[in-house]
Amino acid sequence: MAAHRCSHLVWLFLLVSLSAFLLSDSQETTLTDDNHDNEAENEQAPPESAKQTAEQPAVDERRWEATEVNEVIPGDAAADKHDSSASPTAVPVSMPQPKDDMQEELVIRPLHSGDIYASFQFRTLWETDFTKGKKVSHYRLFPKSLGQVISKFSVRELHISFTQGYWRTMQWGQPFLPSPPGAELWVWFQDSVTDVDATWKELTNVLSGIFCASLNFIDSTNTVQPSASFKPLGIGNVTDHRFLRYATLPREIVCTENLTPWKKLLPCGSKAGLSVLLKSEKLFHSSFHSQAVHIRPVCQDWQCKTTSWELRQTLNVVFDLHTSGGAKREWSFFKMFSRTLTEACPLASSSKIFIDITDNPQEEQFELSPATPLLSQAVVLGDRRTFSVYDLTQPITFGTMRSLNLLIRWKSTEGDMLRPLLHGERYVAGYGLQTGEIHTLMYNNHPFRSFPVLLLDSVPWYLRLYVHTLTVTSKGKDNKPSYIHYQPSKDRVRPHLLEMLVQLPPHSVTEVTVQFERALLKWTEYTPDPNHGFYVGSSIISSLVPSTVAMDTNITQEQPLFSSFFPCKEESSYFMRVYTEPLLVNLPTPDFSMPYNVICLTCTVVAVGYGSLYNLLTRSFQIEEPNPGLAKRIANIIRKMRGVPPL
Amino acid sequence: MATTEVERRRGQLAALSIAVVVIVVGVPLWWRTTETYRAWLPVSQIRELAKLQLQLSADVEVVFARGTVTPEQQKKVPLTQSQDEDRVVDEDTVMRYRYETRYRTATVMEEDALNKPTAAEADLSLHTLSESPCGSLVVYVIPESSALLPEDVNVYVGQRRTALLRLGAQMRDGKTLEQLLSNLKPRIKEVLQVMSFSHADITAALSDRVRFNPGSRESIADSMRAFKSSPGYEITFSLLNPDPKSHRIHWDIEGAVQTYIQPLLTKLAPLANFSMDSQTLHYAVLGVNPRFDSSHKAYMLNADSLAHVINPVEARLGSNAASSNPVLNFLLYVPDALRSPLYIQDHKKQKVPSNAFHSPRWGGIMVYNVNGFYKSEAEFPVDININMAKVMGVFLAQLRLLLGVQSSSTPTGFLVAPCGSAGLADWELDRLMWSRSVENIATATTTITSLAQLLDQIGNIVLNDNIAQQVSSAVSSLQLAVAELEAGNLGFALQYSKDAIQASEKAFFDPSLLHLLYFPDDQKFAIYIPLFLPMCVPILLSLIKIASEARQRYREKKAKND
Repeated sequence: MAAHRCSHLVWLFLLVSLSAFLLSDSQETTLTDDNHDNEAENEQAPPESAKQTAEQPAVDERRWEATEVNEVIPGDAAADKHDSSASPTAVPVSMPQPKDDMQEELVIRPLHSGDIYASFQFRTLWETDFTKGKKVSHYRLFPKSLGQVISKFSVRELHISFTQGYWRTMQWGQPFLPSPPGAELWVWFQDSVTDVDATWKELTNVLSGIFCASLNFIDSTNTVQPSASFKPLGIGNVTDHRFLRYATLPREIVCTENLTPWKKLLPCGSKAGLSVLLKSEKLFHSSFHSQAVHIRPVCQDWQCKTTSWELRQTLNVVFDLHTSGGAKREWSFFKMFSRTLTEACPLASSSKIFIDITDNPQEEQFELSPATPLLSQAVVLGDRRTFSVYDLTQPITFGTMRSLNLLIRWKSTEGDMLRPLLHGERYVAGYGLQTGEIHTLMYNNHPFRSFPVLLLDSVPWYLRLYVHTLTVTSKGKDNKPSYIHYQPSKDRVRPHLLEMLVQLPPHSVTEVTVQFERALLKWTEYTPDPNHGFYVGSSIISSLVPSTVAMDTNITQEQPLFSSFFPCKEESSYFMRVYTEPLLVNLPTPDFSMPYNVICLTCTVVAVGYGSLYNLLTRSFQIEEPNPGLAKRIANIIRKMRGVPPL
Repeated sequence: MATTEVERRRGQLAALSIAVVVIVVGVPLWWRTTETYRAWLPVSQIRELAKLQLQLSADVEVVFARGTVTPEQQKKVPLTQSQDEDRVVDEDTVMRYRYETRYRTATVMEEDALNKPTAAEADLSLHTLSESPCGSLVVYVIPESSALLPEDVNVYVGQRRTALLRLGAQMRDGKTLEQLLSNLKPRIKEVLQVMSFSHADITAALSDRVRFNPGSRESIADSMRAFKSSPGYEITFSLLNPDPKSHRIHWDIEGAVQTYIQPLLTKLAPLANFSMDSQTLHYAVLGVNPRFDSSHKAYMLNADSLAHVINPVEARLGSNAASSNPVLNFLLYVPDALRSPLYIQDHKKQKVPSNAFHSPRWGGIMVYNVNGFYKSEAEFPVDININMAKVMGVFLAQLRLLLGVQSSSTPTGFLVAPCGSAGLADWELDRLMWSRSVENIATATTTITSLAQLLDQIGNIVLNDNIAQQVSSAVSSLQLAVAELEAGNLGFALQYSKDAIQASEKAFFDPSLLHLLYFPDDQKFAIYIPLFLPMCVPILLSLIKIASEARQRYREKKAKND
């Protein structure tokens, strides 16, 4: 061992002296150690360093420096160092079981309109605890940036979605995960947070940086604390809505700059697995695009002995047949995403593609190629659906071509879509720029069951709601809500919050109307394009909808990701959330050169008034001699020229 | 005639009274309503700080062991000497170094300690005898014959705040103590420059205030390499695995950080707050394609191309969401199976033995080849357990460099003890604290003076009370820090300088300074003119008229009297 060390040092000495002579712009940083051999090196140093300084090379060339380490490992670790210089040997290592797990999934549902709905889900589960004060600082699959956010701001649950376009429930059916147009953020904080508002403000700023979105525009004027509509989706029955904050930005435009940071959170990035399909030039060339991040604590097992944190990243997109399909009615991966799949993400424990073939048992509507023998059934949104499954972890899926390019060829356009049981619409009525009326329509399409729904409306302060005009009617009769929570707005401080529990009779339309008055804004409060109008976020209808089939209440059981997001408490109904359209309301808009005009006009009026007053006060008035007539004056001029005295 | 005179008189009075109302009521009203609020700032004190006179005082205790002084010399010991050294850095910055030297003879217990067989043991037992405060030094002068030090070593720098100095034969030439002391002085100063501060370090620390004039290459490189002083640092370890298909990598970062990095950071705790985290980045590739070198049978990464290596990686590292402190990045790169082994080549086309490099004020990268794990049948993926001792050794060395713990070149004849289990000797910490205090003071004074200058130049900025309060607290902390440095209380000086830097940054970056939309004066007057011009012109004209009439009447009166 001693010999080894000696040779090491001799070699080092050679290197140092050589480097001192030859090398001018690369610096080895030498850490002296306890070996006496170093003295020799020290004695040689001064003349050589003088030589070096004489050469004076450019400093900026030295930005990259090789690190040379002789021995810095303190104490007991020093012994390990020697085997490190030998090449690492393949020792049978017992790998500790990683505490995190990642799954990826893509569901494709051909829609009756000929469009296609693709839903990506990536779930990372991590058995750790952000809550109990212990600092979490070592990340593997879970993204570090989100982990830091959770632990710094004591977040219990975080749900954020960015959506471009509006989900057309009547044409497309229910999405697996609903989201309103624009950006939506709702967060449950832990009960250890003392100043929730300040934490919320800081959190939105940080998230705005992480997702490159204008979430920093979330402030008290668009934040509400719903009392019943948003319950925690993970474990923990905290229902004190003091720790909940909800905000939407219906104006937010979602584009590539939001997709890139979202993709960066995936362990495989966009390099392998399903995420290679996420190319922005195709994803944003679609009728509907929605991406979301959901973080919540979940149970690891049935008894909930261990908990873990779940990060779900979802991306839903509806491709439009008419804009991108051309004449042929067929879809393929290459046509949709301009990519094909070649491998699963090696970090994912499961990687699957599901194709919804429920309406197509005998391939009478469309044809799938390559065909797969794997079939799976899952209960989604109160309906038993059948799926063809492609398991990307099996090499056989990719066939001889080593790539999977799934093709759906339509055969017929017939087919009836099941009408969604719950559906909502909203519009503004009225004329003029002073008052108006918001109409919200809720459809219960169930033939014989009535069920209660929670309606949440958050209206900005500049639409002043007249709550006494609130009416709820179903089938022409007054329908009295069993619960109303109304928080009036404060100008420039907080929005209106209206929540109510309404029973929807079977096969009916329930209409909620409320009148409002448009407020005048200060001239700095207008948006850059005020004549475009002001957005009012979607109403949210949350409900437990009666299910036609028994729902699966065991959330920990292996089931596809898309069917397991909302926890199901009872077998006879399932939870559903419907977002209505956002409203676009025109406010009385002034001419924006007004301030300067007003200043100029006022000043002129004041000056004129002041001038006449001043004249009246200071001038003395006297009677003036009447002027000589024009003829006389001309005559006088002529006389003057002639040298004759004037008249 | 009389009535017109009365009328004229009344007109004049009306004009005068309007002018009086405008001047007495209108002007103050306009002034008050358009005034911007500006809190009081300690301008004179800030101006004083712009001229920085720093005095650094170091306490040195020189202990003579038996056999180094003659009995008659010994009688004159103990005594105290202080030595001042003034250095002008630039016209606004003057440094004064004061060395308070106390001389005494060794106690019996110290003699025992010095009789230990090796210098390291002597160092340890001397340390247990007396704990010297932060920033001070004890130099033991030992006789030439002492066996503690090897032949050609004259000075031994211990792990704590002690040094052993061998009294050379030529130093003992003089008979009197004074001569001995004057011979000793240069040697002690050398020790001080290694163990506490040197002028080069201090000028490097002042680089925020003073235009840096390149002294020596070494000091430029050193000052550019280390991170700027900051109240906190984030240390991020990232494992880059570009090929998760073939490598399943496990690194026990949690244990390694506890074993290797935490002791150093605990020791550095008075300097700054450190927080550490780690992440694994998959499919993270370097920015350059290494070339295959057939002579080495390996892929080679040229030193010239290192600058392009981290750019694509940096985009994925992610900034720290939870704080705004500077981040030190340490990357461990495991090359993909097709491009390994990978070695870094220096400018002489030699393999860099540690296979690592660092970038100043950014962090370090180490390339970790795992070819040894590949079995002959090439079965992928392979499980890889990373030898954290090897990795952390490199990262620890880089961390020391990036934090500015300089293992600077020692003069001839010096032997520096290896740093202990903490990875940092006490005197290295002191050295860092000296330069960090000076750096903090320099930065804070620059911030405060430039803020004062800015506020002075733009009169329209609203200056709220909270900013004024931050500025005052920064100024008072600065004054305290300077005073503590003068008194030699290093710990307090550093603390106050940190407070000063925090308060000054807070004041400088306060968002309320930008709140007001301040208009240029010409635009402001463009708005005022439609009001002011028609109002003021008649008043001025009538005032001029009244004045000229009064003068004329006065002249007439004078003429009449004459």
